Amino acid sequence: MEDVRTKQAKDGWNWLWAWANPVKFMALSGKALPWVVGLTVVTLAVGLVWGFFFTPEAINFGSSVKIIYVHVPSAMMAINIWVMMLVASLIWLIRRHHVSALAAKAAALVGVVMTVIALITGAIWGEPMWGTYWAWDPRLTSFLVLFLFYLGYMALWAAIENPDTAADLTSVLAIVGSVFALLSRYAVNFWNQGLHQGASLSLDKEENVADVYWQPLVICLAGFVLLFIALLLVRTRTEVRKRRIHALEMRERMADA
Amino acid sequence: MIALLIRDLRLSVRAGGGFGLGLAFFLIVTILVPFGVGPEAEILGRIAPGILWVGALLACLLSLDRIFQLDFEDGSLDLLATAPVPMEGAVAMKAVAHWLVTGLPLTLAAPLFGGLMSMEAPGHWWMFLTLLLGTPALSMIGAFGAALTVGLKRGGLLLSLLVLPLYVPTLIFGAEAAARGTAGLDASTPLLMVAGITAGSVALLPFAAAAALRINLR
Repeated sequence: MEDVRTKQAKDGWNWLWAWANPVKFMALSGKALPWVVGLTVVTLAVGLVWGFFFTPEAINFGSSVKIIYVHVPSAMMAINIWVMMLVASLIWLIRRHHVSALAAKAAALVGVVMTVIALITGAIWGEPMWGTYWAWDPRLTSFLVLFLFYLGYMALWAAIENPDTAADLTSVLAIVGSVFALLSRYAVNFWNQGLHQGASLSLDKEENVADVYWQPLVICLAGFVLLFIALLLVRTRTEVRKRRIHALEMRERMADA
Repeated sequence: MIALLIRDLRLSVRAGGGFGLGLAFFLIVTILVPFGVGPEAEILGRIAPGILWVGALLACLLSLDRIFQLDFEDGSLDLLATAPVPMEGAVAMKAVAHWLVTGLPLTLAAPLFGGLMSMEAPGHWWMFLTLLLGTPALSMIGAFGAALTVGLKRGGLLLSLLVLPLYVPTLIFGAEAAARGTAGLDASTPLLMVAGITAGSVALLPFAAAAALRINLR
């Protein structure tokens, strides 16, 4: 026991594991939440207003280019949220921190909404640009598959009554699903040639978008990340509270019996 | 493990439903598609590899919930969990049994059904080959899905929602290999990918499925 304690004390990740204790999590997140929400509002307001009203209309694109400020960040978050759920699931399976499992559960709905936003804005953008709302382009198709993965994950959470069993099984599904989601991505690439351009935000600046569009876009990306963190905190706090209510009800029932 | 395999095979043949049902479903799908699409041999021949693959996949899906459900209900799954055979081995054997009673008959029947879909001569051979390589992955992935949902009362629909996205890569590469082979193109890349997916699934998914079963039996 001694050894474990000292090892934990030396662990450089203690700042992170402090969030794993539900009581500490509620205190910390309660303090952090107003700041995160404030920052989100400011960044999104600056990024979106700048992007929508103070950038020129692009040649060939017209004003439709401005969809990029919603489309790209939501698409990026749709993928990153799945990665975050994978990491949270691994933490749950390895270290059994309940907050981690609840965070993964809370993130799923945000992720699925981001996926839908990316698909819908993409469709709206695709109509004037490619002349169609939908094409079996690899990226479109893999987002549709990602959407199905999110649906399955959430349905499994909803179907199982015991919360610990549900957390375990969804974590296993998240791990296996990640492998197959990645496989699907490459399978779909192989299956059909795309309409999308290559990477346009890579750091090596080979075929990046022009700086005029790039700067507000980065702010929008940051805004969407903050938005996700804010929503994640709110939803995880709700889940923790739900778990507490459930525990109180159980205690009540035990006392009655 | 061999005893377990023989027991599962005997159960699925004698209990009725398992053995013939998937095959009959596959046949019906193959018959219904020309009714929907029209009898032109040219169109049918072109879409045949895809239709046969989707039909085989759905037929596979039909019997998945039987892999663990009956054993879970009558308690023999608990006995298996405490048996000296590792859970991973038991899961793998169950998947093999499922493949022998659904995947293998589908594979053998596909060349015949290809005739119904007016496939050209080398196409039959390609259907047989791709399904032979691909259906073991379908059974193994399905066993994983069945292990996830075994404790649920109405797991059937959820099972399809979980398993179908996992089937996407196998279906894409399998159907692509069959289509290319039928058209006389080089099909080695998708064929190798199907084989790779099958090998990877058979090697790794028993561990995930066994973990899911242990959680469900806890």
